[in-house]
Formats: sequence, C-alpha cells, structure tokens
Amino acid sequence: MKLNLPKAGACLTAAALIAAGTASAHRAWMLPSTFTLSGDEQWITVDGAISNNLFTPNHVAMRLDGVTVTGPDGAAVEIQNASSGEIRSAFDVLLDQQGTYRLSSGGAGYFASWQEDGERKRWRGTAETLAAEGIEQKPDVEISRTVRRTETFVTLGAPSDGVFATEGTGLELKPVTHPNDIYASEEVSFQFLLDGAPAEGVSIELVRGHDRYRDVEGAVELTTDADGMVTFTPDTAAPYWMSAEHESEGSLNGQPIAVRTSYVVTFEALPF
Amino acid sequence: MRSILTLAGLTLAAGHAAGEGVELEIEIPRLDVAEYHRPYVAVWVARPDHSVVSNVAVWYQQESRGAEEGETWLKDLRQWWRRAGRSLDMPVDGVSGPTQAPGKHTIDLGPNTDLEPGDYQLVVEAAREVGGRELVTIPFSWPLAEGTSSTAEGERELGTVILRSTAP
Repeated sequence: MKLNLPKAGACLTAAALIAAGTASAHRAWMLPSTFTLSGDEQWITVDGAISNNLFTPNHVAMRLDGVTVTGPDGAAVEIQNASSGEIRSAFDVLLDQQGTYRLSSGGAGYFASWQEDGERKRWRGTAETLAAEGIEQKPDVEISRTVRRTETFVTLGAPSDGVFATEGTGLELKPVTHPNDIYASEEVSFQFLLDGAPAEGVSIELVRGHDRYRDVEGAVELTTDADGMVTFTPDTAAPYWMSAEHESEGSLNGQPIAVRTSYVVTFEALPF
Repeated sequence: MRSILTLAGLTLAAGHAAGEGVELEIEIPRLDVAEYHRPYVAVWVARPDHSVVSNVAVWYQQESRGAEEGETWLKDLRQWWRRAGRSLDMPVDGVSGPTQAPGKHTIDLGPNTDLEPGDYQLVVEAAREVGGRELVTIPFSWPLAEGTSSTAEGERELGTVILRSTAP
C-alpha cells in the first residue's frame, strides 16, 4: 500500500489510506543530484516529491519539515536553500566530511477519524495531542499509528556505515551492500528491520526510474526472508526506488489499533 | 587498502635481470569535437578478482583552479574510484600527474621486484569532461616473457594501449 503523504491541513484518515490500496501509485521519493562524489567539499541538491512516476514530479511536493540529514560522524547536518513548490520540494546539502550521509524524511504519528454532527472528522497528531484533545473518546473513533521513512544516501569519498545505526521503530533498512556501492549486474543484499528485529515476510517493491519512458513499469516484487533479507541484481545502470510496507495490530491504552509502517529508499546502480 | 597502495607507483618485475624493464604505452586519441578537454586517466594493476595491487598513474587536473576543483571529477573514473581512488588521499606521490595531451605516452614500470608471480590485469580508464568514458584491460601473467608485448585497443576515449617487456 502506498501511503499518500498529506499536505498541511489535509489529513487522510486510516480508512482513506486503506481505500487507496494498491491502486494508488503515489510514491514518495528523494533524489539527490549526485550519489557518489569526490573531493574535499561538495554541494548536492535534492528533489523531494510524491508522484506517480519516478522520478518525475507530477503530484504533490514532499514536506520538508520532516527532513533530517545525518553526517558520517552521526551529527545532524542542516539543509540549505530549502523551498517547496506545488509539486516538488528542493534543498541543498553541503558535504564537508568524507563518508556517507543519510537523508531521511518522515516521522511517526497517529491518524484518527470519527463521526461527529453527521460529518466524518479526520485528525492527525502525536501521542501527546491525541491524549490532550481526548481523541480516544470521540464517537466510533478509529485510530491508527504510522511510522514512515523516505530515505536516500550519498557518499563523499569512501563509503562509511556510521549512518546505518537504526532507531528500533517501524521499518528500517540495514544495508548489507552499501547503497552507494551498487553496480549493474552485481547482486545487492539489504536487510529490513521491524521495530529493531529482522522483518520476515515484508513485501518489497523495486522500480527502476524513468518509468515514464517505458510502456511497462516493470516493478519487481520481493519478500524478505526469515532474516529480513532481500537480494536482487539490478540489470541496468539507473536510479532505483525501493519500498517496503508492513501493517500489524498494535494497541493504544488497551484498545487495538492498526500500526502501519513504510520505508522507501532511492539509490543508483552504476555501470560496471 | 592504504598500505597496499603505498606500492603505488610501480611495482612490476620479479625475476628480471638488471636492465630489463616493463613499459606501458597509452595513446590518447585526437578528437574532433567542439569542446575538448583532456581526459582524466587512471592506470592500475588488479588481481583477477578486481582487487587493486598497485596504482600506476592518475592524470587529472591539479593546477590553475586548485586541486580541489580537479578532484571533483575523479569519481567519474568510476571503476578506479570504486577500486582504489575513494580510499586514497590525493594527490599520491609518484602516481598523481597532470592531464596529458592527445598522443602516445610511455610510462616506465620497472624494473621492480615486488609483484608476486601470478595472473593480473592492467586496467586503463579514461573519462573526459563533456565526453565519454572508456576502460580497457590487458590481462597478463607475471613475470612477463622477455621481449613480449600485449595490446588492447580503445574505441573512443583511448587509442592503443601496449604493455611491453623491454629487452636489456
């Protein structure tokens, strides 16, 4: 299922998200201008959008308030020249440390919907605002929790793995093959974690970029094994988009709620 | 990685008598294009599994606008960058050099005594600004038989590349 990241003020309900189902091709992505760089100091510029085609902005811009950049030393790096248009956001990052940077967009939160005065009310917020606003007491309320990440990695100089430290919430990527060390015709291994543990049986979708120039999108469906691993071999040098999604039942103050988590990573396969 | 690469520069020639040597000839083709920049060129010796034994040469823009500017494009020597470059502190003495004009260039590779007998490949990669990229390899067994040579032909960014065991 594709989570359609709502724009400010337009909160999608859990029900709407379910209804969207697999029919929605809205895909969240971040695409850096360059994935692999050399020299002492370099700029990259990054596009972010939720679109039907990869990597063509044609739906809505990615919100930048949930973007974090982590440097090779694990410290946060400020994004610069950030701007959000209607269908695409953009920002720059100055790379001045050798190693791998993680660019991440997303966050965790609650969605709720209920009937009130004959209308469907929709709400989105945090655990704190959920409690403070008494959302759980709304009539026929449906609540779900969402943890989502849209990420990409760029490397100045030699790849490093300091930014692969995981948080232990929702779906996360634990690269085995470094995401900036992928080449056409060579096998890639990624491990997915769910709440910090190997995520077995998670559906993974892999799509090569520039799909607007193909008659057939050619998405590849993969499933993680018992160790949370997927392996694949990109046949063509290109940027790729990989998405993992998982839904399970959780609880909130003893009441069952749906917990949805998604992880997206953009990477490139270079010509051998 | 870094310790291996201190062999950089030139490490060919076990079992050769004094006065024998190995040389490499690289041809950079003259191209009739509107905007020509001399190519970046990397030359290295690898094992059959692609691991790097020795960096022989890296020709890139080091001057005028400063090394930092020139190093921006080192990653376009994609294979060399992956196999060796990204783990090096550039410039490397005896390896780094300025870009070269079209024509034939000879690199003296020996004599040296560090290379273990075995199978290797000599790799030459060229990448040109607003141009293309090309990589040619010459497989060889070490030590080379005296007076022999091996040739590889580039098609676009490189001309003829010759690895030659020179007579005493």
